[in-house]
Amino acid sequence: MNKLQKLLKEKGTLLADGATGTNLIPMGLDSGQAPEAWNFDHVDRIQKLHQSFIDAGSDIVVTNSFGGTARRLHLHDLQDRVVEINRAAAEIAGDLVAKSGREIVVAGSVGPTGDLLAPLGELTYAGAVEAFEEQMTGLKEGGADVAWIETMSSPDEIDAAIEAANKVGLDYVATASFDTAGNTMMGLSPAAFAQQMAGKNPRPQAFGSNCGVGASDLLVAAIDMVANADGLPVVAKANAGIPKIAGDKVVYSGSPELMADYVKLAMNLGVSIIGGCCGNSPEHVKAMAEAMRAHNGGDAPTAEEIIETLGPLVSPKSSKKSDRSNRRRRRG
Amino acid sequence: MADEEDDIILSELDDEELSEQMQDDLYDGLKEEIEEGVNIFLERGWAPYDILTKVLVKGMKTVGDDFRDGILFVPEVLLAANAMKAGMAILRPLLTETGAPKMGKMVVGTVKGDIHDIGKNLVGMMMEGAGFEVIDLGINTDVDQFLAAIEEHKPDILGMSALLTTTMTYMKVVIETLKEKGIRDELIVIVGGAPLNEEFGEAIGADAYCRDAAVAVDTAKRLISQQQA
Repeated sequence: MNKLQKLLKEKGTLLADGATGTNLIPMGLDSGQAPEAWNFDHVDRIQKLHQSFIDAGSDIVVTNSFGGTARRLHLHDLQDRVVEINRAAAEIAGDLVAKSGREIVVAGSVGPTGDLLAPLGELTYAGAVEAFEEQMTGLKEGGADVAWIETMSSPDEIDAAIEAANKVGLDYVATASFDTAGNTMMGLSPAAFAQQMAGKNPRPQAFGSNCGVGASDLLVAAIDMVANADGLPVVAKANAGIPKIAGDKVVYSGSPELMADYVKLAMNLGVSIIGGCCGNSPEHVKAMAEAMRAHNGGDAPTAEEIIETLGPLVSPKSSKKSDRSNRRRRRG
Repeated sequence: MADEEDDIILSELDDEELSEQMQDDLYDGLKEEIEEGVNIFLERGWAPYDILTKVLVKGMKTVGDDFRDGILFVPEVLLAANAMKAGMAILRPLLTETGAPKMGKMVVGTVKGDIHDIGKNLVGMMMEGAGFEVIDLGINTDVDQFLAAIEEHKPDILGMSALLTTTMTYMKVVIETLKEKGIRDELIVIVGGAPLNEEFGEAIGADAYCRDAAVAVDTAKRLISQQQA
């Protein structure tokens, strides 16, 4: 049995970790630099970040490999070191987990390629599978327990990443970003994504949502995911509010207290894996851990109740109808 | 949908019906039908500028509005923009010949360290669709490349895009450099990208944050007309 599945069975709800990118910036990551290069150049800083989440109580540590496909590493002239970079990412996290004496899942982060798949763009489906396969080979060699496919928006690209995980022989988790009128920017709805995942063979260890436009939007999307999950565990990794500029720094509007409220609501919704994405510092994760420990049940909140507690939706669903909805012929 | 309604013969429609049908076809991203329709209007003696503004730009406005309103998403808008582009390819040389008026000029790019260009490309296409001339610097654009393009093309608008929390702060670097060079006020600077928001745009000194390509077009038009007023 996969470690993630085993832990879920034991604990019921798992705490994931917080952000990678936004936490590396204060450690010295310059604008436009590849965070993945730090798996060689600044191992100590990546260790420090992971350790801070382990200390905060995370049951899952997501590796520093989000942009780890050749298609993205190319920009930093690192495209020939894909396997090495991803292996290192998994090893850095794995070593700390081993030292912690706790059961913690090493989740190998896999982000989008950044390209549109054909016919909309140049990248073929087979090319996407190949890119993910190379990355996941490194993650597996480094000891990742699962491929953590995240921040996805295109159903085809999700399929390609899952096919790669199957080829490499890694269990997987897949999460999408619902940042555009309640859907992904490619128009994938939370319900359709849940159905896509429930129909997979093999099925994911869990699926859900990360990043996007704030905790309210994410949890409202989670309502539809839970309703269509068909028994699969649901993941929520929301941003800590929205980014703001303060002097030369980017700060996120969501406080640790807000993220603690988000944990309570997520648990009441039936979400099983809860963590944070952009803007979530170790302090946020600590507050989330406490909220999880202190939680003693409650009814599933409605969308209105989520909004009341966490704030208004940034990108709500549309109820408008198109001026061109009475077209004589339509795209097939 | 393959039903009998597919058998629309564009050349048999009168001008008004053809214009409506072409706007439908643009909405559905039917590239070949748009090319056919543009050619029919040209044969009927329509001015290229009228075909552009009364049919294509009008059609793209609906696409843009529905994108903004969460009715259409990126795949549909890309197909529509590609159909628009095919129509523009026929019209562009004719527009140059006839000296048709231009809305303005824009230099656009994804900032340094960032490879994400889906949104930026959409902005470029929608701006072209609205009658702007667009110079696209591509991805991973550093401040020197932005400066060189501004020098060369003298645009009215500078557009910057970023998708990553680790790259969006580079926009501030570019704007600060424009200020140092004393050319910030000669340009309208608009910014966009998933992690951004209005407050962020304001804080880094942009003229506007645009949530999507449709808003970018509306904002560009508004700021240009304010500038001219």
